[in-house]
Amino acid sequence: MNFIGDLGSLFNALPGAAAQGLVWGIMAIGVYITYRILDVADLTVDGSFCTGGAVCIMIMLNNQNVWIAMFCGMLAGMAAGFFTGILHTFMGIPAILSGILTQLGLYSVNLKIMGKANQAINANKFDLLISLRFIKNVPLYKNTIFIVAVITVVLIGILYWFFGTELGCSLRATGCNGKMARAQGINTDLNRVLGLMISNGLVAFSGALLVQYQGFSDVNMGRGAIVIGLAAVIIGEAVFGRIFHNFGMRLLGVSLGSIIYYLVLQIVIWRKFDPDLLKLLSAVVVAVFLAVPTWKSRYSARVLRFLVRIGVKGGMN
Amino acid sequence: MLEIQNISKTFNAGTVNEKQALKGLNLTLEDGDFVTVIGGNGAGKSTLLNAIAGVWLVDEGKIIIDGKDVTKLPEYKRAKFLGRVFQDPMNGTAATMGIEENLALALRRGHKRTLKQGIAGSERKLYRDILANLNLGLENRLTSKVGLLSGGQRQALTLLMATLEKPKLLLLDEHTAALDPKTAAKVLETTERVVNQDHLTTLMITHNMRDAINIGNRLIMMSDGQIIYDVSGEAKRKLKVEDLLKKFAEASGEEFANDRMMLAK
Repeated sequence: MNFIGDLGSLFNALPGAAAQGLVWGIMAIGVYITYRILDVADLTVDGSFCTGGAVCIMIMLNNQNVWIAMFCGMLAGMAAGFFTGILHTFMGIPAILSGILTQLGLYSVNLKIMGKANQAINANKFDLLISLRFIKNVPLYKNTIFIVAVITVVLIGILYWFFGTELGCSLRATGCNGKMARAQGINTDLNRVLGLMISNGLVAFSGALLVQYQGFSDVNMGRGAIVIGLAAVIIGEAVFGRIFHNFGMRLLGVSLGSIIYYLVLQIVIWRKFDPDLLKLLSAVVVAVFLAVPTWKSRYSARVLRFLVRIGVKGGMN
Repeated sequence: MLEIQNISKTFNAGTVNEKQALKGLNLTLEDGDFVTVIGGNGAGKSTLLNAIAGVWLVDEGKIIIDGKDVTKLPEYKRAKFLGRVFQDPMNGTAATMGIEENLALALRRGHKRTLKQGIAGSERKLYRDILANLNLGLENRLTSKVGLLSGGQRQALTLLMATLEKPKLLLLDEHTAALDPKTAAKVLETTERVVNQDHLTTLMITHNMRDAINIGNRLIMMSDGQIIYDVSGEAKRKLKVEDLLKKFAEASGEEFANDRMMLAK
């Protein structure tokens, strides 16, 4: 294949990558809420992402409206977040372990919801909201990228409003300084549970969108979701952090970060990178960027640039 | 205003680290009392304040604030009655939130947090006025992140937050100890002004004996989880640092071996 044709295949793949990035971006916003606002690394998402997709696809296969199916998927995700929250607060288990426990349990739950390891849904027989087939040659109002972009903007608007309310502010205070929050009469345990529910609701909603997009659900579809979410958060902050200060814009930055992640992934695949190694690459890149704040406080700017360079190169090779 | 009946608290019970931090302590505060608390390291001063605040529940005894038994109430529910300032300036405020957002959180202490806007526009004038009283230039920086403020500024802000919604009882846990002397004096001055203005019932732990004598109408000395000396009114005004040192040696049977206290005299 000549180079021009090769480049053409990349350009053909980019809209799909952008759509996927947008869908995963909603999950990344959920990760942002736990990781940045509640200051908790919540691993529930690896399970609740699939739960949202599984619930959505099973309800659609029973000929229910797609919006009802997605809403139920979101509720299932919120339930997962609730369980993690109870493990963490009422039972006093460290947050990270609580998430792992819920995630493990959800694997069985997801299998039971689907009845088997995966379920397919045909875009011709069911009235899907989005699909990888609705990206080119469809009217704008049916275009997947357009629809998911609108949903993302609406969700960011709702979250922006919520985190500006009295309750939302108390949730931010809980994540920032629990001692202060309690001294100001804030029920920090309740807020942690609430935050985990909101986060996992978004994650499951994103899963419900992804199963429609790809036309199937799979019990392993959420594996490594937390890493993709963190990558999107970090990319969003690295690229847009200096220009986006407003809370709503930061959430938008996370969504854009997710799109960038999938575009870069597409380029890496196009360059014939061994797909088996993709998850390792993601893990290394995220690990390096998570290390930057520590390195920044410990080493000079020159050493820091060097460390990041060898870290990223190490991941690429 | 505050009634503490025979409270006890043991940490790490049944282990080698077992420590009985409060031993059947009794204390009654009248409305408007400003009590300074002194004592050596490990005397149980902070433990007493934490017991009142409900950081954990006491093993025995009763705590009554303004006629209401709060012994079994969790920390966030007791906050309704209490204003608190901590020793570490980082502890009292939310660093990633703005000055006005912190004040708005404090204004809603003891009220249900709803889905109304977190800061009503009308509140900003109140915030600007009370911040102007501090003379720290914070009144023009309402939206600045608290993390950008100095320790003294944060501590002054915490004090405002503790008293914005008038508390039944103000708990100050060595709130000037982490500040440089000049800033400490300023925060202490603000403390006295705010307390006198609102007639707040106050418990203030300090390691500075001179402050303990000069401020407030009553002084208690703690040792080994108990109150060993309680003086108020005229007798307190006549106290000297030497008297306190002697009193401590008498009551506890040991020298007052606390470097910070010695330096502070």
